[in-house]
Amino acid sequence: MAAVEHSEAIGADGVRRRDFINIAAVSVAGVGGLALLYPLVNQMNPSADVLALAQIDVDLAGIESGQAIKTMWRKQPIFIRNLTPAEIQAANAVDAGSLRDPQTLAERTKEGHANWLITLGVCTHLGCVPLGAAEGESKGEFGGYFCPCHGSHYDTAARIRKGPAPLNLEVPDYEFLSDTSVRIG
Amino acid sequence: MSFPWAEEYRPKHPFMRWMDDRLPLPRLVYNSVGGGYPVPRNLNNFWNFGVLAGLALTIQIVTGIVLAMHYEPSAANAFGSVEHIMRDVNQGWFLRYLHANGASFFFIVTYIHIFRGLYYGSYKAPREMVWMLGLVIFLLMMATAFMGYVLPWGQMSFWGAKVITGLFGAIPLVGEPIQTWLVGGYAPDQATLTRFFSLHYLLPFVIAGVIILHIWALHIPGSGNPTGVDVKSPQDTVPFHPYYTAKDGFGAGVALIFLAILVFFLPNYLAHADNYIQANPLSTPAHIVPEWYFWPFYAILRAFTIDFILPAKLWGVLAMFGSILLLFFLPWLDKSPVRSGSYRPAFRIFFWILLLDIAVLGYCGGSPAEEPFVMISQVATIYYFAYFLIILPVLSMVERTLPLPNSISESVLHGEKAEAAPYGARPAAAE
Repeated sequence: MAAVEHSEAIGADGVRRRDFINIAAVSVAGVGGLALLYPLVNQMNPSADVLALAQIDVDLAGIESGQAIKTMWRKQPIFIRNLTPAEIQAANAVDAGSLRDPQTLAERTKEGHANWLITLGVCTHLGCVPLGAAEGESKGEFGGYFCPCHGSHYDTAARIRKGPAPLNLEVPDYEFLSDTSVRIG
Repeated sequence: MSFPWAEEYRPKHPFMRWMDDRLPLPRLVYNSVGGGYPVPRNLNNFWNFGVLAGLALTIQIVTGIVLAMHYEPSAANAFGSVEHIMRDVNQGWFLRYLHANGASFFFIVTYIHIFRGLYYGSYKAPREMVWMLGLVIFLLMMATAFMGYVLPWGQMSFWGAKVITGLFGAIPLVGEPIQTWLVGGYAPDQATLTRFFSLHYLLPFVIAGVIILHIWALHIPGSGNPTGVDVKSPQDTVPFHPYYTAKDGFGAGVALIFLAILVFFLPNYLAHADNYIQANPLSTPAHIVPEWYFWPFYAILRAFTIDFILPAKLWGVLAMFGSILLLFFLPWLDKSPVRSGSYRPAFRIFFWILLLDIAVLGYCGGSPAEEPFVMISQVATIYYFAYFLIILPVLSMVERTLPLPNSISESVLHGEKAEAAPYGARPAAAE
């Protein structure tokens, strides 16, 4: 029939109409397939209820100098430590430039609250909870925290000093609401 | 595939003939593990372990499916539901101990299967695809075992999950988003548990699929054998059934005795007491160790303690994954034309050192990250990589191998000439 012959006709540029239809159909299916992949991959990212736990308020009134507490933020432990003057002095006595992850204590605390060291209780090596926040736990060779999993030692500013961890304990975003209250997150 | 003298499938019963014309499944089975698959006649007991691994996978799938009928994948109830299986479910203790120790059994027979391949050169041409598919199965097994260990939601489950997903955090730039994506949050929690349960249920069937490819690829050249000499004539082979079904069946019986000893008398010997404590995100166990079958790799991970261009942590992760990915290149690293270690005197020495080396790595991986274990793992890691990257390539160039037998039947029939000689006659072949 005439219509069929027409559809098989090769144009002046050597392209059949069917070639266009093939490419168009495969392209649409390909783009559709890729679009479908997005929700399949993204469903594994943190869900809304997990993200909603992103902010907490902590009362610091009961923490004496030299004491520390553990609390939870985003399902991860947080260490809040009231440094003694001796610990602050020990942290400041070190040349920050010589450290693996160079930071001074001042950079890791808020101005006017230099005694409050707030960090994640998550070793930057493979994510264990270091010891040293609770009474009687090993504080490691540098008087801060000690991760028992692979032997990382942190100093009194929670900076990595010895062992496999690459970075200092992470300082989360936080602000002081008053002298005895902080909001983390 | 296979050899021209392979027995052909000839169904006798009219129904089987009718079936063969429509769905030749019995023919496929006959040609794969029946009389239609000719196998070298000289296989020793090390050739039993592939079948044993298949048996182990079957045990895991059967016990796993019934355990899933009682297990609850929720962060609040998972630990309790495992105790419910142990105490309340009829024979639940047996099913769980069989599944937990079945995993160890699976790894033991698979490791022996792999070492068989390393010693007898099973990875060499024309069986490279068999080897590489086997490595894929091994990787899938490791992923499955890891996720299964997380499911009881004990302390080791939780902290194992944290450490292993933390490995991905070592990747520069994209590491942290990948880690968060894998875990579905900032630390292992409900989302992690449910996805691990889903994948732990799925992957064994993927393994079964790859095993079909593994056997398919094996049956193209046919099984290797302890001499490493190719099959040349019908005298070199016997049909798989009944000869090796019987031999494998006997081996399976022996292996199951060992599994039964583990399950009934030492059910927690390979487990960790810490995993009978419910997961607590605020308290790390003093000594996190993975299951024994990961110890050598864990030792390699921890052997890197010094930053050199890249952070030590990243080196550890790269070396650990590299130690397995390296094996994919083994067929091209070992160029010696002689397959079997029995005819390679120098290779044999280095092979046994490698075996010892991996045992040492395993011991260090199960020990705390202290001296002298760190130093020992460093030395052992060097030997592991040197064996594959330096020793094997050099050996294949310089080694003087022993003369190979002319054929499999000749290697088998030494001495039998005398027996076969007529009574009273002096065997002519008393060279």
